[in-house]
Amino acid sequence: MKYAYYPGCSLESTAKEYDLSVRAVCRDLAVELEEIEDWNCCGASSGHCTNYRLSHALAGRNLALAEREGLDIAVACPACFLRLKSTRHEVRADARLKKELAELIDLPYEAKYDAKHLLDIICHEVGIEEIRQKVEKPLTGLKLVSYYGCFLVRPPKVTQFDDPENPQSMDILMDALGAEVVDWSGKVDCCGGSLSLTRRDIVAKLVEEIADAARGVGAEAIVTACPLCQANLESRQGSQALPSFYFSELMGLAFGLKEANTWFRRHLVSPVALLASHGLL
Amino acid sequence: MQFTSQQAQEIGNPTFAKSVKEISGTTLDRCYQCLTCSLGCPVNFAMDYLPNQIIRMVQLGLKEQVLKSSTIWLCATCETCVARCPNEVDVLRVMDTLREMALREGVKGKETIIPIFHETFLGSIRQWGRQHELSMLLLLKLKTRDIFSDLGLGVKMLLKGKLKLLPPGVKGSKDVKAIFEKTKGEM
Repeated sequence: MKYAYYPGCSLESTAKEYDLSVRAVCRDLAVELEEIEDWNCCGASSGHCTNYRLSHALAGRNLALAEREGLDIAVACPACFLRLKSTRHEVRADARLKKELAELIDLPYEAKYDAKHLLDIICHEVGIEEIRQKVEKPLTGLKLVSYYGCFLVRPPKVTQFDDPENPQSMDILMDALGAEVVDWSGKVDCCGGSLSLTRRDIVAKLVEEIADAARGVGAEAIVTACPLCQANLESRQGSQALPSFYFSELMGLAFGLKEANTWFRRHLVSPVALLASHGLL
Repeated sequence: MQFTSQQAQEIGNPTFAKSVKEISGTTLDRCYQCLTCSLGCPVNFAMDYLPNQIIRMVQLGLKEQVLKSSTIWLCATCETCVARCPNEVDVLRVMDTLREMALREGVKGKETIIPIFHETFLGSIRQWGRQHELSMLLLLKLKTRDIFSDLGLGVKMLLKGKLKLLPPGVKGSKDVKAIFEKTKGEM
């Protein structure tokens, strides 16, 4: 199994532990990730919020570079995932945009290959049975809620991943790792995204509501698949913040990968005491 | 907020609704004001007009009020309204269109910091090909004259290795600059 890998900017900085854990886990599962050579930023929400053509061109250049390799793309960040997926979706539906895009990026792009989120690849291409067999150190006793946020599941006609209101993939994955997964109401709520840098008041309120919902069902930690959700949860909760993990970090821990403990040191809200209390570190 | 159709004709701008529909490619007229978008919106409590009201105001041609509203900038682009609209009105695409119109026409609204953030964020991509968070954040602080907020957080992130000191090196950064140049023109 081989994919063109699009890490995205956050995975080189604020979410380095997401990148490290994704690469380690995929290596262990024999999923080959070939980083797209010379990829550029997808433009994120600032791109599509302020310039439609720029947004498609920034995403389109990456899609075209991956297409040259003849591979589907594996994406870790849900915001990047939706940007790449949206451009592919619109190019397939709109011949005029397809032509215009080729001129803007000065590269051919036929929208032949898909862009998939790594959670989708791990749950549905690798498969849960394979994951179960890899587990050496079950996450027994760790009480978690799965937090999907926005762009993995919405809009469903573009993302084509799981149920947009009550997704299950990450819950099933965490259950396979031996954790105690609790159902809750906050799965697809929004953390406020990039408003974190301009309207901290709004993001603090949204994040506190998400953390309260998690605490309300007795969760000890939140599992995420998004660098922005993770950053907002870690930086905008009040005192006694709940720790949060990338799903790939918990996979690495359960797989018994030695490097896992180096990832947890990078967190702003340290999960080390929690993991130690369950004998997992 | 209530307008009769006659008032709307008097005060409204008929070309505004038409151009929003054309540019966004969205069937605004299917909106039957069920409020699903506004009830599910995570930022509704902070907006001056609710998303369903913005749709109505666009239909009525209330260009100035719409482009100056805080709503178009506070929309967090979470896609909840798009996923839930029973009539497939792409509210987010409408918001994107309104934001782009406001910027291109130089309309200054109630939310001034958020457009500066987008400009600064994109400026970093234009310069480096990828985002360089540290220089982007410092520039944002200078532009918004907000030097002291989150300083402690910034230091903590630096110490945790979450903010790179050096900008990314993208060989194709000139290709990215060319994309910015080519997309400067019309919407």
